[in-house]
Amino acid sequence: MKKVIMGNHALSWGAQLGRAQVIAAYPITPQTQVVELLSEMCASKTLDAKFIKVESEHSAMAACIAASIAGARTFTATSAQGLALMHELLHWASGGRNPVVMGNINRAMAPGWSIWTDQNDSLSQRDTGWIQFYCSSNQEVMDTVVQAFRVSEELMIPSMVILDAFALSHTYEVVDIPDQDKVDGYLPPFKPPVRLTPSDPHAFGGLTSPEHYFELRYKLQKDMEKVPDLVEETGREYEKLFGRYLGQVEDYRCDDAEIIFVTSGTAGYTARVGVDQLRQDGIKAGNLRIKMFRPFPFAKVREILPRAAKVAVVDRNISYGHHGVFYQEVKSALYGRDHDRPPVFGYITGLGGRDIMPETFKEMARMTLAKDKPEEDITWMGVKR
Amino acid sequence: MKDKKKAEKIIFKTEKEVPLMPMSLGSMLYNKTGAWRNIRPVIDLGNCIQCGICWKYCPDVAIYIENEFPVVDLEYCKGCGICAEECPTKCIAMVEEEK
Repeated sequence: MKKVIMGNHALSWGAQLGRAQVIAAYPITPQTQVVELLSEMCASKTLDAKFIKVESEHSAMAACIAASIAGARTFTATSAQGLALMHELLHWASGGRNPVVMGNINRAMAPGWSIWTDQNDSLSQRDTGWIQFYCSSNQEVMDTVVQAFRVSEELMIPSMVILDAFALSHTYEVVDIPDQDKVDGYLPPFKPPVRLTPSDPHAFGGLTSPEHYFELRYKLQKDMEKVPDLVEETGREYEKLFGRYLGQVEDYRCDDAEIIFVTSGTAGYTARVGVDQLRQDGIKAGNLRIKMFRPFPFAKVREILPRAAKVAVVDRNISYGHHGVFYQEVKSALYGRDHDRPPVFGYITGLGGRDIMPETFKEMARMTLAKDKPEEDITWMGVKR
Repeated sequence: MKDKKKAEKIIFKTEKEVPLMPMSLGSMLYNKTGAWRNIRPVIDLGNCIQCGICWKYCPDVAIYIENEFPVVDLEYCKGCGICAEECPTKCIAMVEEEK
C-alpha cells in the first residue's frame, strides 16, 4: 500500500509494522507527530501496545528499559533537548543490553533556542553504545525501524533511527507500506536470552565489581563489531522481500569519481542532485552517504573513498575545539593508509537548519578541487563573516 | 541459578562466562535486601481502608495483599517509607529498627 506520509509518521508506521509492545514517550517539537500517531494507533487497536505517558524523556527511556527487561519490544522517539535529558538512560539501555529502538529527530541544541535541524544532538550521544542510523527519505525511515528491531534484538544493543527536523520530519513523501504478514516473516517476536520474571527474580543493573565490569564492556564492543555484517545480511534479506536494500552506506556515482562527498541525512539526498549537476558541468563527482554512523562503517569507507583523488566531508554539526564529527571519523578511518589515502577536506554547513543546496555542493567541489590540501582545518560554508 | 550457593560471590575466569546483561548472578529469592532497613513500616489495620495504594506504590514489590489487607514482606522491605507517605488514612507508621 502506497501512502503519502510525513517523516514522523514513517517512524510511527515502522513501529506499528514492527509490532512494538510498549511505547513510552514525551512530546517535543519536531517529534510530536510520531507520538500522536502512535497513540492513535494504540487507541484504535491497529497497534496492540501499551502506551505509557510519562513526565519527561528521562522517564520515557526508563520505562522502555524496564519493559524491555521484562521481554517487551519497545519504541520511543525524541529530539534535541529531550535526547540530552535522556543521556544517562541511554547508557543504561546499551550497558544493560536492552534493545530499545528510538526515533530521534535531529534538531539543533539550544541556546540559541532552535527547532531547526542539525546533528549535534545525536552525535553528542555517539559514545553511549547505541547503533545510529541517519536516514535520508521517509521510505528509508520506515524500513529502517523494522530492520533496527531485528538487528538490535539479535545483538541486544539499542538503536537510534535519525532524521532531520522539518527537512524530513515534516516533509511528505510517498512511502510503500508493506503487508503486515510479510513484515512478520522478516521480524520474529522478541525473545530475549534473559528476562525479568517472578519465577526466577534477578536484580538488573546492580553493583558490578571490577572483576566483571571490564568484561561487560568488552562484550558490548565485540557485539557492536558484529553490527555491520548483520546490517548487510538483514538489509539484503529486506531487499529480497520488499525490493529495497538497507545498507551501511549509500554509494552514488563513486566508481569513477575524482571527488567524493561524504554526507549523511537529507544532505545526502541533496548531494545526489549536486553530483548530477557537477557531472553535467564535466566534474566527476560522487557521493558516499553514511547511513550507519555507529558502529562506524570502516570497511565501506576504506573501500570506496580511495577511488577518488579528493574527498570532501560535509558536516551538519561541529565538535567545538575539534572538527566536524564525520570529518574526524573519516580521517581516523583512513589514518595510516599512506598509499591509499586521498586528501580529506572538511566543511561545516547547515547548522541550525540553514539550507544546504545543490549549489552548496558545487561550491564545495570548486574549493576542494582548487587546492592540493585543505588550508584551513575546517571550512565554514556560507557563514556571514 | 536458583540455589543459595550461587548467590555467593563468583568470579568468572573468562568473558564468555559473564552474563550478557549486567544482572545479579544469584536469584533474588536468596538475596534478602530487608537487612538494609533502618525503619520499618507498621500498619494499623484498624484504620486501613483496603485501597491498595501502598501495594501499588511499593517500589520493591514488598507489600502483598493477603485476605484483602496489606502485609509487608520484611525480608525485602528496605524501609523507604513511600507506603507511609502515600497512605491516605496515614495508618502506616515508620518505626525505628532496634539493633
